[in-house]
Amino acid sequence: MWRRGTRLIWRSLSAHPIPHAVAMVGAFVFVLAAVGGAWILREITDQLIVPAFADGEVEGNEVWTAVILLIGVSVVRGVGVITRRWFLIMAEMRTQRDWRRSLLWHYLDLPLKFHRSKPTGELLAHADIDVQAATMVLKPLAFSVSVVLLVVVALISILLIHPLLALVAVTLFPILAMLSRSYTAKVEGPAADVQQRVGDVSSVAHESFDGALIVKTLGREAEEVERVTAASELLRRDRIEVGRMRASFEPVIDALPNVGIVVLLLVGSWLISRGSASPGDLVLAISLFSLIATPLRIFGFFLEEMPRSVVSLERVDRILDEPVVTSRGSKSIGSGPAAVSIDHLDLSHDGHPVLSDVTITVDAGETVALVGATGSGKSTLLEAVAGLLDRDSGSIRFNGVSIDELAPGELSGAVALVFQDTFLFADSIHENVALGQTDSAGVDAALTTAGASDFVAGMRGGARSLVGERGVTLSGGQRQRIALARALVRQPRLLLLDDATSAVDPVVEAGILDNLRTDLATTLVIVAQRISTIQLADRVLYLSDGEIVATGTHRELLNRDDYRSLVTAYEQVESR
Amino acid sequence: MSNPPTSVEPDDEHEISDPFDDVSGMGALDVLRRGVAMSPELRTGIAMTIFMAMLAASGRLVIPIVTQQILDRGVLGDSGYRPGFVWLVSGFAMLVIVGVMFASRIAYLRLVNTAEAVLMGLRVRAFRHIHKLSMADHEATRRGVLVARVTADVEALAAFTQWGAISWIINSSIIVGTLVVMSIYSWKLTLVVVLIHLPLLPFLRWVQRHQFNAYGLVRSRVAETLGLTSETVSGAPVIRAYGYEEPVRDRLDDSIDRQYRQQMKAHLWFAGMLPVVDFFSSVSLAGALAVGVWWQGSVGLEVGELIAFIFLVNLMLNPISELGEVLDQTQTALAGWAKILAVMDMPIEVTEPSAGVVLAPGPLDVEVDGVGFRYRTGPKVLDSVSVRIEADANVAVVGETGSGKTTFVRLLARLADPSEGVVRFGGVDLRSVSPESRHASVRMVPQDGFLFDTSIADNVRYGRPGATMGDVEQAVGELGLEGWLATLPAGINTQVGERGGRLSAGERQLVALARAQVADPGLLILDEATSAVDPETEEALSAAMTRLAEGRTTVAVAHRLTTAERADLILVFDSGSIVQAGRHEELSATEGIYQRLHESWMGNTRSPT
Repeated sequence: MWRRGTRLIWRSLSAHPIPHAVAMVGAFVFVLAAVGGAWILREITDQLIVPAFADGEVEGNEVWTAVILLIGVSVVRGVGVITRRWFLIMAEMRTQRDWRRSLLWHYLDLPLKFHRSKPTGELLAHADIDVQAATMVLKPLAFSVSVVLLVVVALISILLIHPLLALVAVTLFPILAMLSRSYTAKVEGPAADVQQRVGDVSSVAHESFDGALIVKTLGREAEEVERVTAASELLRRDRIEVGRMRASFEPVIDALPNVGIVVLLLVGSWLISRGSASPGDLVLAISLFSLIATPLRIFGFFLEEMPRSVVSLERVDRILDEPVVTSRGSKSIGSGPAAVSIDHLDLSHDGHPVLSDVTITVDAGETVALVGATGSGKSTLLEAVAGLLDRDSGSIRFNGVSIDELAPGELSGAVALVFQDTFLFADSIHENVALGQTDSAGVDAALTTAGASDFVAGMRGGARSLVGERGVTLSGGQRQRIALARALVRQPRLLLLDDATSAVDPVVEAGILDNLRTDLATTLVIVAQRISTIQLADRVLYLSDGEIVATGTHRELLNRDDYRSLVTAYEQVESR
Repeated sequence: MSNPPTSVEPDDEHEISDPFDDVSGMGALDVLRRGVAMSPELRTGIAMTIFMAMLAASGRLVIPIVTQQILDRGVLGDSGYRPGFVWLVSGFAMLVIVGVMFASRIAYLRLVNTAEAVLMGLRVRAFRHIHKLSMADHEATRRGVLVARVTADVEALAAFTQWGAISWIINSSIIVGTLVVMSIYSWKLTLVVVLIHLPLLPFLRWVQRHQFNAYGLVRSRVAETLGLTSETVSGAPVIRAYGYEEPVRDRLDDSIDRQYRQQMKAHLWFAGMLPVVDFFSSVSLAGALAVGVWWQGSVGLEVGELIAFIFLVNLMLNPISELGEVLDQTQTALAGWAKILAVMDMPIEVTEPSAGVVLAPGPLDVEVDGVGFRYRTGPKVLDSVSVRIEADANVAVVGETGSGKTTFVRLLARLADPSEGVVRFGGVDLRSVSPESRHASVRMVPQDGFLFDTSIADNVRYGRPGATMGDVEQAVGELGLEGWLATLPAGINTQVGERGGRLSAGERQLVALARAQVADPGLLILDEATSAVDPETEEALSAAMTRLAEGRTTVAVAHRLTTAERADLILVFDSGSIVQAGRHEELSATEGIYQRLHESWMGNTRSPT
């Protein structure tokens, strides 16, 4: 644990040496002022108070000197405190900022597979509660370091008075270390549990609020409250468990310096009785020891905070250690519509094969429909082509260039995938389409092509209108059209539509698809259910259980019984 | 949801922000008073805890005095070194130390128990309140912000209870104790010390107020970062696919930075405050010294007493500086508490009757009488809508996006109450129906098939409190879903993922229908999914929908031709009013909105193959 704790501290120290160092200087000034203050007070007692009472005469100057000295030392102490606090907080908050930032950046870079396996609420807890707990141990750092010199000087001075007294003082440190070791060993597990439980509560809360509408329509408030109560109860129990351990440890480290003083008194008095020390020696030894009493306590608190910080940072690190997808290539897809060739592609999810031995080619500028039953792997195939999923084997090439050799940003710039489930940011419609690009005319044109310009123009703020989180303030069809415009504004060379207009009114949908074919020079791959959409394609790829079982025009494929029954089922259902 | 913008969110420019941002009306004392009033857990046994903590505190006060006494009287006294006295008093000091340890331990344990009970109570109450807020409030807020209220803000309080709370009790006891001992030595000098501290009070009040606001803003910044984080995580696929990383990174950075800067601002107050207090204490020390030395006679202290008095004043500096160390936690905790209280202050728009009417089982008749609706101060979304729906009828609601049709069905499900007019089920005002009865008799299936991150079976079971696996299987059987379930890897035990993301939109809808079937409601409100789904699922959906509607009153927001064709009554909405009502045959023959809608449906689904 100590090694892990040291590593944690080192990470913060090496990243922010200056604030840490200044904080330590501030702490050192404070310590000096505190020691100086005690010394001044003794001098005042000896040279002002005692003589003043002895002869009843008071020197005005002496009183003023004493007053100025006392106030002066408090000003120095104050400067030390402000410096230490301010720079320590700076170091702590900057460390938090660093860790939080690397965590959130990592969330951005992590593969889809990761995001689909982790509840959002838990990731929120990492970013807030874990990061915060990880830096708790930094709080007593500056003080602990700044008193090292003081402790050493005090111990040496005691050693000079009598070795046995020094031994008593020194012994306290290994005792503290042993106590902390046993405390740490015991508390580490529960402390990690607590952090996990906070994450669990966060997951429950996030999911529950995310599904607020369903919770209301199901009348499930009471059950949801029960769910969060159960999660909170586990958290409460674990935290009480940790509290129980702290309740045993903390009073002991609090008492340790006092025990030290009493033992010093006893040992010292025994030494006096044997004649090997004078009463003055003992008084001096005790006043020296009281100098290290506070550092001893602070150091105890430092050790007490360590387990929680270490386990919290390890939770953050576990996320940071998750491998990210990076593209290291430098090639470009080239201009104009992109041709796609997929060769012997295998892809599995959690050990289950989703796509097996998929080999297809799509010519530049071609429109291809991808048809298959639910679970046949259509979405997975499109996500693989968009570079969002790792494949087990096989290759994907655009205009002959392998997906692995593309320069960073090339793929997302050339290939646009419109998802089945639309996601909109809580931002303006304009920004949801532009996603960082600034071309305003392009956004308007894309909205028009996507059949969204009419309803957007009808909104009070036009394209500057804000949509709620996930686009809750829009209808499903409206959301889909904005998501489509988002793809179109990029003028993709390959456009992948994963059932992307399913919620749009069929007539509007037909108009949009018409627009796509006339306005856009792109290769188009569409996953569709409606036969009118499928018919628009030059060619149909028929996917079944993760394999391409047939390719050809819609008419050609209608000769296959399975295909015919699949694509005409919708019609039959509708017209029944 | 097909047209929430008009149903709940009439203002397109509505800012998506933290509606609980404003706590300016509340001061720290209000927070304390109201917080304590709201947490009954805080009041049980707290006296004993404080007593134990004060015991521990008095021990801490006694120990340095005892050590001082041993040195003064046992080692350096007039009678020289007295081993017997040293041993005796040291033994006493050891007893005190052990006593303090036990008292601290007990105080700490009790405090932890109390604090955890308070935190849990607070969290659960805030969580419950958030669920009682209207959908409009939910939709106007980022999820992450709501989550922050029951996690990050509660944790801010938790950090305080682990460190700050006991420190406050012990150190303020020490300060008071020291003052008492001081006044035993000399009430005059004590008065000097207290008087010198007096100017601090307005200063502390001023600092405290600023600090409290500054920390309140920290809580807002934390919530903002969390809101953005939750959006980033949910939107990860889009961000990746569109190379949107850089702008999102910038935005996250910005938010993290704002949080950092606000934290530093708040801590500026914190860093500066204690030295000022310390300064005043030093001035009071110097003052006591000067007064004591100058006016020896009138103060009436012996030299030893003055030295002891000064020792005591100096002793007081320690607890003050320890309090300074926990001050930021204290303010953070108060600010977090204030945020939670602000959530609890948000009005609940749909309030349940205390002794509600229970609706009769079986199909319900619905009477909508002069109903109008506006969201808060927004424009009217529905205006004098009146309609009677017979029990067991099959009603289709149609209209353009924004026509008010979704608001209409939301009012039937009591997701909001009408601003004017009344909705009656079986002659009973919906507002006076008990919530249990309403949930049992009225079931809305929203368009967005949100599922909980668990198995299909559990999701279906959630349809009715106390539903068993037997009920689930029965519902699945009644809707004819076994065939579909058989195609899934783990059948009914398939895990659906967050929001049901591992299922397709159509499959999520199937689960939602089964969930409604389990409830066996007398009135079924369907917001039909607009998505065209794959034919197999579509077939299953259509069959399930038909069976689900049997023997109940159904009101469906229709997006499918067949649904409208089969309806006993079609209600056509436009600009918040019912403009047409009747059967398909009549309406499709009359010129109007319905005819146009009908033609557009016809145009696609009946296209030649």
